[in-house]
Amino acid sequence: MARKLLLEHIDVPYINTLEVYRQKGGYRAVEKALKKLSPDDVVEEVKKSGLRGRGGAGFPTGMKWSFLAKPEGVPRYLVCNADESEPGTFKDRFLMTYIPHALIEGMIVSSYALGAKTSYIYVRGEMMPQIKILERAIEEAKAAGFLGKNILGSGYDLELYVQPGGGAYICGEETALLESLEGKRGNPRIKPPFPAVAGLYNCPTVVNNVESIAATVPILNMGGDEYAKIGIDRSTGTKLISASGNINNPGVFEIELGLPVEEFIYSDEYCGGITNGKRLKAVVAGGSSVPILPANLILKTAKGENRLMTYESLADGGFISGTMLGSGGFIAFDEDQCIVRNTWNFTRFYHHESCGQCSPCREGTGWMEKVLHRLEYGHGKMSDIDLLVDVSKKIEGNTICPLGDAAAWPVASAIRHFRDEFEWHVTNSDEAQIRNYGLAHYADPLTLAG
Amino acid sequence: MLSVKKNEPVEFQDSLIKEFDAIVQRYPEGRQKSALLPILHLVQAQYGWLSVGAMDKVAVYLKIEPIEVYEVATFYTMFFLQPQGKYVLEVCRTGPCCLVGAEKIMAHIEKRLGVKENEVTPDGLFSWRGIECVAACGMGPVLQIGPDYTYYENLTEESVDRLIETLKNKEN
Repeated sequence: MARKLLLEHIDVPYINTLEVYRQKGGYRAVEKALKKLSPDDVVEEVKKSGLRGRGGAGFPTGMKWSFLAKPEGVPRYLVCNADESEPGTFKDRFLMTYIPHALIEGMIVSSYALGAKTSYIYVRGEMMPQIKILERAIEEAKAAGFLGKNILGSGYDLELYVQPGGGAYICGEETALLESLEGKRGNPRIKPPFPAVAGLYNCPTVVNNVESIAATVPILNMGGDEYAKIGIDRSTGTKLISASGNINNPGVFEIELGLPVEEFIYSDEYCGGITNGKRLKAVVAGGSSVPILPANLILKTAKGENRLMTYESLADGGFISGTMLGSGGFIAFDEDQCIVRNTWNFTRFYHHESCGQCSPCREGTGWMEKVLHRLEYGHGKMSDIDLLVDVSKKIEGNTICPLGDAAAWPVASAIRHFRDEFEWHVTNSDEAQIRNYGLAHYADPLTLAG
Repeated sequence: MLSVKKNEPVEFQDSLIKEFDAIVQRYPEGRQKSALLPILHLVQAQYGWLSVGAMDKVAVYLKIEPIEVYEVATFYTMFFLQPQGKYVLEVCRTGPCCLVGAEKIMAHIEKRLGVKENEVTPDGLFSWRGIECVAACGMGPVLQIGPDYTYYENLTEESVDRLIETLKNKEN
């Protein structure tokens, strides 16, 4: 049985309440931080832990914290990014639903470390139940003296609020999130300046993912050095993986980083194998924006070594034969799934969610969607395949925020690894049309076929 | 489509204004515009959609220009700019949900309700639409219903039928 830090008490009845959470050792990290450690000590523990941002980018959290500007007389902010919208990723929703105090406690510890007196949890608007759960947990924490004025007699004050989003994937990008929190459209800002210098209300701000903030609690409880002993190399600690697609046990799993991918897919402790005994065809390992890999390359690296659930091992081979851990959104495809249809589906998502600021993303995602749509519905040409590669290259790296890359990588990787399937759609167009449900929800295929 | 031509004025109840006041307290002085999204959610929960008149009233309350409200309301997909059915069935149509049958569920809802996407049933009770990922990929196919955004997971055609019947019975 793997070691669990975030989900250790997930099966305990009423662990969502302050009373039970405290019975299981909750809020010890707050007491330790505020009574025994200075803010710099807390930052140091997080640095020692090797914790890397769990939202997708994987940047060292302690280092990110140490970049925070600290001008005199200017407020600093901590903003939790709970705008979970990456297809395949649903771990933060799970954590907020079942163990809300883990996030609240992490927010208190992290805010103390950063010197923030007001912090916000920006939750995607569709998660209204989770917003209510968090608000109730904040009330409980405040009544118990863990929030508000002079917390635990330490002289430290903190107010914590929940902010709902409005349904826009782009607000998961930290500067778009800050724009949204300021009551504007979620258009990403040009960086620099980075939020650590000019963030919320132009003040120094740190934006961290839910899981990253929750992870500061076990880090403080066990010490950064002990946390760093879990995992492999620079992939330390545990990670929440949300698994979906054609697997027997979809859900959220906490793994120790370094678990072999094969064990994650086929072990009964995790995904439990592929549904109906079918063969695995492909995997998207870290949310829809990371490159898709065929079964052979997700299980073994190009060098023939076992692929592990770590930042480094999944990235081994670069984008030619590797992928990314990303947000931990693990989507498995069985042998019957159509890669062209799935790529079209993901591209429609990115087209829909493009904020429209940058032409390559605004126009390019739409062009890719149209071309993929006509390929999927049997109206494509062989030259469309190279056209898609060309358009994806022109989007990648040419936009203010990473949404352009996120839209380009699934297309480029699908063609790299499954080009024969795209060609099949051109040469077997009638069959391709028959295979589809023929739904008219999205657009009339004929109008897109030009 | 947002139309300012039919700009009928709206009066908010005192209880709603009190909720607005509580939200504005969360932000530093002079940053009351941050309350815009939470307030639009409250207004939509009250009226079912955001009319131009309601948005203008929000602008007056927050001391910002009406265009600042329009540009936000038109950017975020959760805000309805047209009247909807009392129950809007929003089905996730993104990758993982489609792998486990979301498209069949959408086709079934269309057939069952007899209206196309974004149309309202003649009794005014239902409308439906496909939406992008709602972070419930392991429990797909999934749909949500506002204003509380209750999730219905692992949908089948039968469970969708039961849900629609339950909602209908609730109204009778």
